Amino acid sequence: MAELLLEILSEEIPARMQTRAAEDLKRLVGDGLKAAGLSFTQARAFATPRRLALVVDGLPVARADVSEEKRGPRVGAPDQAIQGFLKGAGLGSLDQAEKRDTGKGEFWFAVVKKTGGPTAEALPGVIEAAMKALPWPKSMKWGSSTMQWVRPLQGIVALFDGKTLGGEIDPGGGMAPVKFGDATRGHRFLSKGEIKVASFDDYMAKLHAAHVVLDPVARKKTIMDGARRLAREAQVALKDDEGLLEEVAGLVEWPVPLLGTIDAQFMDVPAEVLIVSMRTHLRQFVTTKPDGTLANRFVVVANNAARDGGKVIVEGNERVLRSRLSDAKFFWDQDRKVRLEDRLPVLKGVVFHAKLGTQADRVQRIAALATAVAEHVPGCDKTQVMMAAELCKADLVSGMVGEFPELQGVMGRYYALAEKLPASVADAIGDHYAPAGPNDRCPSAPVSVAVALADKLEALASFWSIGEKPTGSRDPYGLRRAALGVIRIVVENKLRLPLRKFFTADDLMDFFAERLKVQMREKGVRHDVVDAVFALGGEDDLVRLLARVEAVQSFLATEHGKNLLTAYGRAANIVRAEEKKDKALGTKIAGAPNAARLEQSEEKAVASALDEIEKTVKPALAREDFAGAMTAFAGLRAPIDSFFDKVTVNVTDKPDLRLNRLKLLNRIRATMDSVADFSRIEG
Amino acid sequence: MSKPSKPQCFQDLILTLQDYWARQGCVILQPYDMEMGAGTFHTATTLRALGPRPWYAAYVQPSRRPKDGRYGDNPMRLQHYYQFQAILKPSPADILERYLGSLEAIGIDTGLHDIRFVEDDWESPTLGAWGLGWEVWCDGSEISQFTYFQQVGGIEVDLVSGEITYGLERLAMYLFDKKSIFELPFNSPSSQVPLTYGDVYLQNEREQSAYNFEHADTDMLFRHFADAEKECARMLERKLPLPAYEQCIKASHTFNLLDARGVISVTERQSYILRVRDLAKACCEAWLATQMAKAAA
Repeated sequence: MAELLLEILSEEIPARMQTRAAEDLKRLVGDGLKAAGLSFTQARAFATPRRLALVVDGLPVARADVSEEKRGPRVGAPDQAIQGFLKGAGLGSLDQAEKRDTGKGEFWFAVVKKTGGPTAEALPGVIEAAMKALPWPKSMKWGSSTMQWVRPLQGIVALFDGKTLGGEIDPGGGMAPVKFGDATRGHRFLSKGEIKVASFDDYMAKLHAAHVVLDPVARKKTIMDGARRLAREAQVALKDDEGLLEEVAGLVEWPVPLLGTIDAQFMDVPAEVLIVSMRTHLRQFVTTKPDGTLANRFVVVANNAARDGGKVIVEGNERVLRSRLSDAKFFWDQDRKVRLEDRLPVLKGVVFHAKLGTQADRVQRIAALATAVAEHVPGCDKTQVMMAAELCKADLVSGMVGEFPELQGVMGRYYALAEKLPASVADAIGDHYAPAGPNDRCPSAPVSVAVALADKLEALASFWSIGEKPTGSRDPYGLRRAALGVIRIVVENKLRLPLRKFFTADDLMDFFAERLKVQMREKGVRHDVVDAVFALGGEDDLVRLLARVEAVQSFLATEHGKNLLTAYGRAANIVRAEEKKDKALGTKIAGAPNAARLEQSEEKAVASALDEIEKTVKPALAREDFAGAMTAFAGLRAPIDSFFDKVTVNVTDKPDLRLNRLKLLNRIRATMDSVADFSRIEG
Repeated sequence: MSKPSKPQCFQDLILTLQDYWARQGCVILQPYDMEMGAGTFHTATTLRALGPRPWYAAYVQPSRRPKDGRYGDNPMRLQHYYQFQAILKPSPADILERYLGSLEAIGIDTGLHDIRFVEDDWESPTLGAWGLGWEVWCDGSEISQFTYFQQVGGIEVDLVSGEITYGLERLAMYLFDKKSIFELPFNSPSSQVPLTYGDVYLQNEREQSAYNFEHADTDMLFRHFADAEKECARMLERKLPLPAYEQCIKASHTFNLLDARGVISVTERQSYILRVRDLAKACCEAWLATQMAKAAA
């Protein structure tokens, strides 16, 4: 058994692509090995900013010769079948195939001989094919190359069983081939010259000595341990930030966390502003004080063990933060001199969309919708809703949001508070973009709820009106997110909101229904139950809809439910079968069966059970007690079971009796379908 | 081992970079004598990036972004600033090492600083150009942009150029630890007449900002744009890509001025960008044809 070590060295690989690329390399090489008939025990892949590395353990040193037979189509089969066979077997023409009589006729056979031999001979082809197939999100040519890679390729280490594999990658365009070798390079600044390696363990150890931590998990740990220690020493707490950690681990080969300080003059600028500058723009980690508020320390992770212990690096980072925050502080001070209301005229000059007018037009539509929505939000102060809706986009033309667009809403809230507007208005301005995703906070304060809903409903209705609907792959205006936002706000706040009141397009309601279905499926609700409830149609009250779904799902989980579903299926099947024979039957069997024509006690029992149930179900449905309605159905089960045991429905010699019995069955179906379309439930 | 002394002022920085890239085998060009938004617009980059002929060049390009003017009030923003540009085609295998060498030359000691290559894909909608590369960070400050051109004027390149752009003012603020551009020493502080960047350019920032935002005659500019467009087309008909491209540069700057004057709506904006791009594409195609003819001859 032997080990394959592969390292692909390049110029700096974007952080966001590294993890995926390492996984892809592992998969592609693994698939290639399997296809070449090479088994292995384990494969591990790693990435740093400059290299992808792969180690495969437990490969055989050599393979035996294998001969494989493939049976093809019958001799004389259509050309298409023959061509498919030749292609699949890797043959050029039928001359290379054999005719054989199998006893069931003459068939073509391909005998493919795979020569074995040393594994080392098969590996270069596997590596080359994997590199060609590796799907970088964006790749490029360099020099005169015709080959594409994420950034210029610099070297390849390919060792098998401790020996360099004979192979190379030709970048094309007359460039020198990149030959497989046993030498790599260490850290860009902390290591000089080439490093010769003999095995994976040797490679890991020598890279470490050359200031490269190969394993991203180990780099993350170094960053976290170091950052936490620095924070602790400074008596602050590191704010966990998995996304930033992931990115930073992809920017450094030798992580060195360092502690910096935020200039005191900036500490009264809103925390969100400081955080955007530190985190998004400078990739610095934020720290907090024991009370959870922002502390004046940050952690930056250098990719260098500097001679002075990082003093210059920290100073540089503090300086660039200071200059960013000076800008921010300038905007913070300037912006507060203008009232949000006084910014509104400027919105008239900001085009929202060529066909949908300016931001000012949009604000008017949002305000109108917010007022209408507010009717359905309990405890909502309409004056405040109006005020918040009118001001919610004003911060878009503030200096701060111009510079830091990601702070839209957040700044509006601060500016509203600064001019002493009611807190609920300020919060509504701050909350109105939420929820931005499944993990984002969902607004719950009444004024916030009204404005947040209006913002999303406006976007949906407006873009729908100009035919800008999302397609499978394109949703440039974030309308799916908007619809999911509406759903979350409505459902989580249990709002009784008739959605249809707020737009006219029928297919927009369908769009909501689709989003809701997807969302419920993700939550583990049975898709057939969802379909059964949706099939009733015409429902635009999401809370009621979900209550129905929940009641049906729990009823079906009970023994009664399961049995009743079987009974329903039998009743429906008989009616459906008869309807097929007689197209006009549907109208003939509509309505209640004639009580006088009921003959057997079993059918009378079903009829009276249905009467009883209807007395319960109708009012239960009216007061939206779906669980109550479902429970009532439980009483149907025993009478229906005896009915099917004892009563013949299709009494051919008594057409009136037959019709009446079909009516009875149809009524079972209709009564149950008043809660959900049970024909869509899968037994 | 004695190192050349590190630059002490803005012009030292320029001279050091020129000297360094001259030693890398670049032709050192002078700025293109027209208003343009960035060093990339110089024919030495846009046009030379196309075609099969190798090309190494470096130059300073005064760049104008009318909208970025702040009347000299903002310590970090200018409507007229300098870019230093090096372009190496085809990009040599050691281009990053060469770039890092330029940082050493201007006094950035990689044993003390934290140099990072952070993903940054470059795209110029007006030039129909894009490439992949990085922002280069020094201790968190962006000090250069590095791009491997993949497409220019909508045409896929034959040989990939490595383009390195230094934003000189920002780099100088970093090197000389100044909070305001206007405090940067332009010549040596020990000169008989020490002059700051502000001494040289502050009044220009004030007046040009006023021109860009308030006084530029927009009717005239609209005419100039249309004229440049026409002249560009006329020169292309005569198979003169270089004069045609100058008209494209002119149209682009005129558009930037109109944009700063706020007379182009958001929707119109896109169509103007497309009009300039059409000119750029046509010029690039015409230029490429001359290069291919030369290569074939």
